[in-house]
Amino acid sequence: MKEEFLTDQLKTQEYFLNMGPQHPATHGVLRLLLKLDGEILRNVDMDLGFIHRSIEKMCERDTYKQIVHLTDRLDYLSSHINNEAVALLVEKALNIEVNDRIKIIRTIMDELTRISSHVLWWGVMGMDIGALTTFMYGFRERELINDIFEETCGARLTMNYNLIGGLRYDIHENFVKRVKDFVAHFKKKLPEYDKLLTGNIIFRKRLEGIGYISKEDAIAYGLNGPTARGSGVSCDIRKIHPYSAYDMVDFEEAIYTEGDSYARYKVRIKEMWQSLSIIEQLIDKIPEGEYKVKTKAVIKLPAGSFVQRVESARGDFGVFAYSDGQKFPYRFKFRSPGFANLTALNKMSKGLKIADLVAILSTIDVVVPDIDR
Amino acid sequence: MTNTDIKNKIETLQSDLTFSQEDGDMLCIEVSKDTLKDFLTKLKNDADLSFDYLFALTGMDFGEDLGVIYHLESTKHRNLIQITAKISDRENPEIDSIHEVFPAAYYNEMEAHEFFGIKFKGHPDLKHLFLPEDWDKGFPMRKDYTDVNMLVR
Amino acid sequence: MILNIFTDIHELLLGLMSEEAAHILELVLIAAGYLGIFAILGLLLVWLERRVAGFFQLRLGPNRVGPMGLFQTIADALKLVSKELTGTVKADMQLYKLAPYFVITTALMSLALIPFSYEIHAFDINIGLFFLTSVSSIGVIGIFLAGWASNNKYSLIGGMRTGIQMISYELSVGMSIVTMVVLAGTLQISEIVEIQKDGWLIFKGHIPALIAFMVFMIAGTAESNRTPFDLVEAESELGAGFHTEYSGMNFAYYFLAEFVNLFIISSVAVVLFFGGWLSPFGITDSIPFAGLFWFGIKVVGVIFIFMWFRWTFPRFRIDQLLTLEWKYLLPINIVNIVLMALMVWLGLTF
Repeated sequence: MKEEFLTDQLKTQEYFLNMGPQHPATHGVLRLLLKLDGEILRNVDMDLGFIHRSIEKMCERDTYKQIVHLTDRLDYLSSHINNEAVALLVEKALNIEVNDRIKIIRTIMDELTRISSHVLWWGVMGMDIGALTTFMYGFRERELINDIFEETCGARLTMNYNLIGGLRYDIHENFVKRVKDFVAHFKKKLPEYDKLLTGNIIFRKRLEGIGYISKEDAIAYGLNGPTARGSGVSCDIRKIHPYSAYDMVDFEEAIYTEGDSYARYKVRIKEMWQSLSIIEQLIDKIPEGEYKVKTKAVIKLPAGSFVQRVESARGDFGVFAYSDGQKFPYRFKFRSPGFANLTALNKMSKGLKIADLVAILSTIDVVVPDIDR
Repeated sequence: MTNTDIKNKIETLQSDLTFSQEDGDMLCIEVSKDTLKDFLTKLKNDADLSFDYLFALTGMDFGEDLGVIYHLESTKHRNLIQITAKISDRENPEIDSIHEVFPAAYYNEMEAHEFFGIKFKGHPDLKHLFLPEDWDKGFPMRKDYTDVNMLVR
Repeated sequence: MILNIFTDIHELLLGLMSEEAAHILELVLIAAGYLGIFAILGLLLVWLERRVAGFFQLRLGPNRVGPMGLFQTIADALKLVSKELTGTVKADMQLYKLAPYFVITTALMSLALIPFSYEIHAFDINIGLFFLTSVSSIGVIGIFLAGWASNNKYSLIGGMRTGIQMISYELSVGMSIVTMVVLAGTLQISEIVEIQKDGWLIFKGHIPALIAFMVFMIAGTAESNRTPFDLVEAESELGAGFHTEYSGMNFAYYFLAEFVNLFIISSVAVVLFFGGWLSPFGITDSIPFAGLFWFGIKVVGVIFIFMWFRWTFPRFRIDQLLTLEWKYLLPINIVNIVLMALMVWLGLTF
């Protein structure tokens, strides 16, 4: 009815709006080309590559040990998980067995990384919708996690803590205590997040029913991670193909079936609770042992194709190595979760308004270096 | 499903296939580029296999040949398979676009096109995605690509 | 004693020049004084906003320059003054430069109607409230012009949003003011304050006055373009909205005018609902200029509520904004006016 009125009675002209690469809502240097009719989105096209560093090509001239460090620079918010993907890939290909201590520490660090990424996402999400205070709340908790990271390995963001066959350093003697303190603190603060944002009527009206994508479409577009789980797709790699210590813990995969922005929001909030529970289950179980397995100085993968998938904060992060038996990979491909999620942006946002596009972009949680690689 | 089950099932769908890495955690299949689209459609629609999730689409330069590697996963059975299609013509490499079967391939094919120069027949908009619009220095991810700023080991 | 200062100045000027010249000079002096008030108010409110934001956001806010960072905004203003005025090449230059003055002039004109105390009230006419609403609605032209003349699509969208938002919410502000005028029985601001000597209007009018107050607060937030109604600027969507292309002092005009408008909205709320400059129970009514203190306290209280909104709520979407106005606030308002009229007619008010 509305549409008919627009076309029959009023003359409207479609126009293009260039959103980005310098735009507050594009979280970095993503460029979107919007075809608009007034404020209604007719088409969303994207132009990428503003931060393309050709990491895949660089990997072809690097040894496997060096590649681990390059992966920090992909999705910098889940750098530890990215490192782990490469480490696990090589360990799997060479049949290197790591002990439980390494596995458990890796898993705890993974979950801390996930929380720190989700907390930042939550803050930015609020900011994109217009609630500026959430950003500071998010950073309050993120700071505590970063302090733990700093004490453990000296870095706060690009950690380089994972190595092929173990970890770079042993954990700090305060680690267990500080992680426990953080878990206790965060358990008190997470309900505060709900009070500030989740229950807000404006916030819910902005997200509910917006950016809908069905389960079938979510699979067809290759959506993954929390974005797909908001549409009811069970796709948590930690459950499907458990790695590290995820087979030792009991946790629930956060799935909501509504398929809208609000469902994706709830998935991430629930994931934070699940991460806390995973950390709680593991933190007292760290066994004594070596933190590093001895590996050869020059690592050569056998010829063949290898894939390792991990669940990063953004979703199904995959590493594909095509080896010809040399010490350098012949081809190294990173399967970026954000890139796959972004492909459905047009599908999700067609016919909605600019403000909705910003909200959707926020709920699929893009990190541009991860998309551009 | 084990790799052997998948292999047996797939062999009934199409004949001109080469299998490898059957004892690994991922079955690798090589298929001719002419039957690729049909083959992927069959894999997706087959009720027992239902490889409906395109995990990754990777452009490749095998030295002699170019190629595309598809990783498919079944959201029902959670098996991952790798499908390779080689293209022998380096000057004018062409392969069928599969974005109608897997919409996820749309942007990945654009990426493979601009980094490897592989033309995807049936893709409506093979423009530059990552590289600048006026890029004319060749295909950066090919093995024979050289650039003055490139570090060569 | 202090009251005499005004008459002293008047007599001094009369002694120096003719009556007309003295009158004109006095007008100029008052205007200059109000310009000063405008600037100081703007800067103080910016400082207050930043401190309040800091308080809400678990951080400190400005606290280095001067006591409690009081001079931080002055330093910022100096920076803005010294900045280059840039603009787009394809902008409609005349309109582009004219636009900020619409906003700043209307804000300044409205300020003249604000009763700071019994003594300090520059322009007290018998249609005061009507004049105030009509003048302040001109300000939207400035924002609209800025959006159009910048020749930037983001500015244009911001400008269009302003048009929609202002026209809609002007209604609600007007209607809620009318509700209170029904109760007060006059449009003259000083009289409205005077009749509150035996009780603030929000108590006198009880239920309908309370509803009118809530509607006024919601519509007032929209009128001053603040969160949750800051779609005009919506920095996560439109960069900076209508003033994307403005820099330096031109930008500062918008910035200051926005805060002065906030002050005006709060002042109107104080006049209409909380007894203007009157002290509670008339405790200090005999002291001259004490009204200034009470007025200030009340206005800062209302401003704090507006700031509370801003740092807590997310932003509306444009269609939700219109739904709220046309489907909820306006019908409520109309019913409320009838209710208030009935109350006054039946003598149910206190």
